[in-house]
Amino acid sequence: MADQPMTGSEVILKALVDQGVEVIFGYPGGAVLPLYDAMFKQNSLRHILVRQEGGAVHAAEGYARSTGKVGVVLVTSGPGATNAVTGLTDALMDSIPIVCLTGQVPTHLIGNDAFQEADTTGITRPCTKHNYLVKDPKDLARVMHEAFYVARSGRPGPVVIDLPKDILVGAASYVPPERVKHRSYKPQVKGDLRKIEAAVEMMMKAKRPVFYCGGGVVNSGPAASKLLGQLVHLTGFPCTLTLMGLGAFPASDPQFLGMLGMHGTYEANLAMHGADLLINVGARFDDRVTGRLNAFSPNSKKIHIDIDQSSINKNVAVDLPIVGDAGHVLEDLIKVWKAKQPKIDQKAHKAWWTQIDQWRARDCLKYKPGKDVIKPQYALQRLYEAIKDRDHYITTEVGQHQMWAAQYLKFEEPNRWMTSGGLGTMGYGLPAAMGVQIAHPKALVIDVAGEASILMNIQEMSTIAQYRLPVKVFILNNEYMGMVRQWQELLHGGRYSESYMESLPDFVKLAEAFGAVGLRASKPDELDGVIKEMLATDKAVIADILVDKTENCFPMIPSGAAHNDMLLGPGDESGKPADKSVSEEGMVLV
Amino acid sequence: MAQTQTVERHTIAVLVDNEPGILARVVGLFSGRGYNIESLTVAEVDAAERLSRITVVTSGTPMVIEQIKAQLSRLVPVHKVSDLTVEGPHIERELILVKVAGTGEKRVESLRIADVFRARVVDSTIESFVFEVTGSTEKLDAFINLMRPLGLVDVSRTGVVAIARGPKPL
Repeated sequence: MADQPMTGSEVILKALVDQGVEVIFGYPGGAVLPLYDAMFKQNSLRHILVRQEGGAVHAAEGYARSTGKVGVVLVTSGPGATNAVTGLTDALMDSIPIVCLTGQVPTHLIGNDAFQEADTTGITRPCTKHNYLVKDPKDLARVMHEAFYVARSGRPGPVVIDLPKDILVGAASYVPPERVKHRSYKPQVKGDLRKIEAAVEMMMKAKRPVFYCGGGVVNSGPAASKLLGQLVHLTGFPCTLTLMGLGAFPASDPQFLGMLGMHGTYEANLAMHGADLLINVGARFDDRVTGRLNAFSPNSKKIHIDIDQSSINKNVAVDLPIVGDAGHVLEDLIKVWKAKQPKIDQKAHKAWWTQIDQWRARDCLKYKPGKDVIKPQYALQRLYEAIKDRDHYITTEVGQHQMWAAQYLKFEEPNRWMTSGGLGTMGYGLPAAMGVQIAHPKALVIDVAGEASILMNIQEMSTIAQYRLPVKVFILNNEYMGMVRQWQELLHGGRYSESYMESLPDFVKLAEAFGAVGLRASKPDELDGVIKEMLATDKAVIADILVDKTENCFPMIPSGAAHNDMLLGPGDESGKPADKSVSEEGMVLV
Repeated sequence: MAQTQTVERHTIAVLVDNEPGILARVVGLFSGRGYNIESLTVAEVDAAERLSRITVVTSGTPMVIEQIKAQLSRLVPVHKVSDLTVEGPHIERELILVKVAGTGEKRVESLRIADVFRARVVDSTIESFVFEVTGSTEKLDAFINLMRPLGLVDVSRTGVVAIARGPKPL
């Protein structure tokens, strides 16, 4: 029916349009020139020209995570593909749906060490959810549609399609998406109802329960976050979120304990430690969350809801696994809970909340305000005060500033917080912010950055200039790789090996060089003015906030320690292990 | 926790799409996540449906074995993963080709033992035999050990293939 003669490039573009794609992030090169030529002749797809392929993938991640759609990347063969590898790994670790089209040398040259040839499917096999090398034009349309299905369904992730140049120029026939059914890949979406009933039974009996939820709730779509809110309110249980889950439950809600994990709140981590029931929805017991495994939540029964069977019993053995999509399982949990009209042990729950309130009263996020120097925490608090009533999206780079942003900015809705969690990719935030701004042109998009991370993908300021994206870069500049320095201080005797950022650029001039506005605050009384000016500027801004160089990020669970061994601040002894030093085993952990 | 558990040996059958790179995907999964492969065989079993069957013998704690199965299941071109070791009685077989070189009494003795093991002579010269033997891994190990002092010079073995007993397919 639809089998009119088309070129491979035309088939690809038609497939993209039929998959609902509007934006592609890419960078041209020899092997993909035919595709760029076909793109030149159409108007349905917008191409955003990045300055390095790594930026394209992070931009697509930002786009995907802030919209729930699949992010699309187009790069050339060889170095184009290898530059994309970090972003693909990042998307795999954080379950972000990406389809990445890579150029390849013509099929007859594959394996000959041709110019700009790389074994892209070989290199990307372990860092993608799936990948394809298209060697026969009749597979092209099917592979395109399958790739989108694989990327967005189940546990989302990146998919690479490697496209030899002869496939792009040769004739190919089109098949619409409805006619493509995947042979083997059918993720389980609905949870087993008997297990859901068993989960409700466990929840009814719990005396010290806690919801521990993660990125799976966000990935399931905004409806899942609403359902989570309903269930948390129905039960009256406390709720903590992982770094990837922030926004899935409103930060302002009294039942929210804050983020958990290595730099999580005291109340969240102690609630995890003291709980008799964990209800994990869409989180994966990551080592940043669990701390020392044999001391992790030692007295609790554990329910684990995850769409990925392989996340279950990987790090932590659980009592009741439920494989399914967070949204579907939450919906069923609510139904069963309502039907049972459970009588929970009010007295025990009251005692649990009293205990939690005592932990909260420690006010673990307080810090010593600076008189002459800007504390990074203060900078973020002031930023939040200025943006909280505006439609805003936050991205971050990786390091201390990222953890402070997670602690001091409050997220009320999902898809508003874009950060590199699993892989911890410095340089993620700026291109991600670019992708978010493309998806939400009118919204306020801020990249909370460190002065070290921002330099890793600073070239994207040029992309931001080209498309006039009003991205705001808020640099907490302490002239150190702060998290590296913090670990060297705590674990390596204060030997600051290579963590000092010498010869930093003048960020104000750098902003100007890229056609953006540069601002600087070095004293607390300059801060509000700079934030105000940044927000009032309708173009890109780099705000260089010179903060306390020695500030460390607390609370902190040192490596190899348990949740109840937290350090609350620089002078804190209360939570320290008896020997006050980190064990050998802990040192080995990163 | 997992470290204190006993290590078990499991034979796992995996039905996959016969497409380029599928073996690399499976092998990469094992090496990337630090799992053991004791034996691995693969061949197409259904040409019309383009299906291959991989038999992998692996070892690990029960938690690791569960992980291996879950990780295999989530590979996109995998249709089915079946742990034959836990799913009931099954048959495991290997095939070996063993070359024994020598003359005189040793040569006669190798032929005698081959007969006991129901091995077939598939190649013969004045000074050598090639034996073909099928059986369980233990039986083939025993055969190889017996041939060692009798002039064993070369071994080629297929690795384990396995199938469940009874009428049900995989």
